[in-house]
Amino acid sequence: MLAKRIIPCLDVKDGQTVKGTNFLNLRQAGDPVELGRSYSEEGADELVFLDITASHEGRKTFTNMVQRVAAELSIPFTVGGGISELADVERMLAAGADKVSINSAALRRPDLINEIARHFGSQVCVVAIDARLDARGWTCYLNGGRIPTQRGLFEWAREANDRGAGEILFTSMNHDGVKTGFANEALAELARTLSIPVIASGGAGAREHFRDAFRDGHADAALAASVFHFGEIKIKALKQYLHDEGIAVRNI
Amino acid sequence: MKVAVVKYNAGNIYSVIHALQRMGVEPVLTDNAEALRKADRVLFPGQGEASTAMHYLRERGLDEVIRRLTQPVLGICIGQQLMCRHSEEGDVDCLGIFDAQVKRFCPERHEDKVPHMGWNQLETPTSLLFDGFHGGEYVYFVHSYYVPLCSETIASTQYIIPFSAALHKDNFYATQFHPEKSGGVGELILRNFLRL
Repeated sequence: MLAKRIIPCLDVKDGQTVKGTNFLNLRQAGDPVELGRSYSEEGADELVFLDITASHEGRKTFTNMVQRVAAELSIPFTVGGGISELADVERMLAAGADKVSINSAALRRPDLINEIARHFGSQVCVVAIDARLDARGWTCYLNGGRIPTQRGLFEWAREANDRGAGEILFTSMNHDGVKTGFANEALAELARTLSIPVIASGGAGAREHFRDAFRDGHADAALAASVFHFGEIKIKALKQYLHDEGIAVRNI
Repeated sequence: MKVAVVKYNAGNIYSVIHALQRMGVEPVLTDNAEALRKADRVLFPGQGEASTAMHYLRERGLDEVIRRLTQPVLGICIGQQLMCRHSEEGDVDCLGIFDAQVKRFCPERHEDKVPHMGWNQLETPTSLLFDGFHGGEYVYFVHSYYVPLCSETIASTQYIIPFSAALHKDNFYATQFHPEKSGGVGELILRNFLRL
């Protein structure tokens, strides 16, 4: 049976992970490759590395990091942050990334999705959407949630799907950081209307939240950062719990 | 041990090279017929579109070279599909090493998403390639086309229908999944292949 995926997300700035970590046994706690390796050994199914560096120099450091991840880890990984044109995608894939995640660049120029799908295949193209529920409904935001757009979550996700996206990574800005669970109703609506996998993001605070995102939100994968980085939830224990709850997961 | 990886116009060939390097093996990436023939093991990995890849192999005579290899050969993902008789992807005749037709997944329910992407289980693995396996092991798949169950199937996986996760005939082995992206389980398969 196809397993539900657990995906830790690592924010990387100038080649170092930004958030604190509980992996004190690491030689270099801030090294994303070391952190990625320990997640992989714990049973993470995929990893996401987000480049939050702005400088050109930082970009180069990130590319070097991607090459090290590709050489050292044996599970698939996605890279995102600052990818705005086909050349960026090509650079990341050449460095060894399995998938790239695009966000604001896709909203600004939706053809980018078609171009990635055509050149490298849909499986490479993860379209990340940051959306907030307000009086108008679910609205998409640009630039890490700073700038609202006129696009609604469901119609934009559908368009991305039709343009050739391989997966939708949906982050609920209402739920992100609150640790009270994922946006399961919106997730379920995405699962019902899209023909590609949906990754749930934003809101993980307890093991039950992952179960609910899979069971009620029908998500194909769930992504989280701080609950893993701070060791509040151990991936191995989370998977045992999900297995006991009747959800198909690997490595239990 | 000399290990060669077939160089052709498919994507994601480097991940298999990295996986071999992690195991202490330094493979050569080559499209040279002599180098491929002389290697102790040949890997034929990749991601891509079947008819484009087949045309590339034919233009360079690599189709005949691969077909006539006598040492253990391992095809991965599109490599497995190209080793079959025919593929629906681009309606193309392939290498014909395995007597099977590659078909596209047909979703039966809304939840059946294509491509089949993620970790899925091996069922009834029966081959030295899976030495030490009991069935139920998870491996990583990314594909929209599949090889139906046939007499050469050595492991199956269930997605929409049961299909061939791996094939074996004479010195030729192939997996639909990516052992190089399948963590420790994948590494074990690659080690078994090198030990054949």
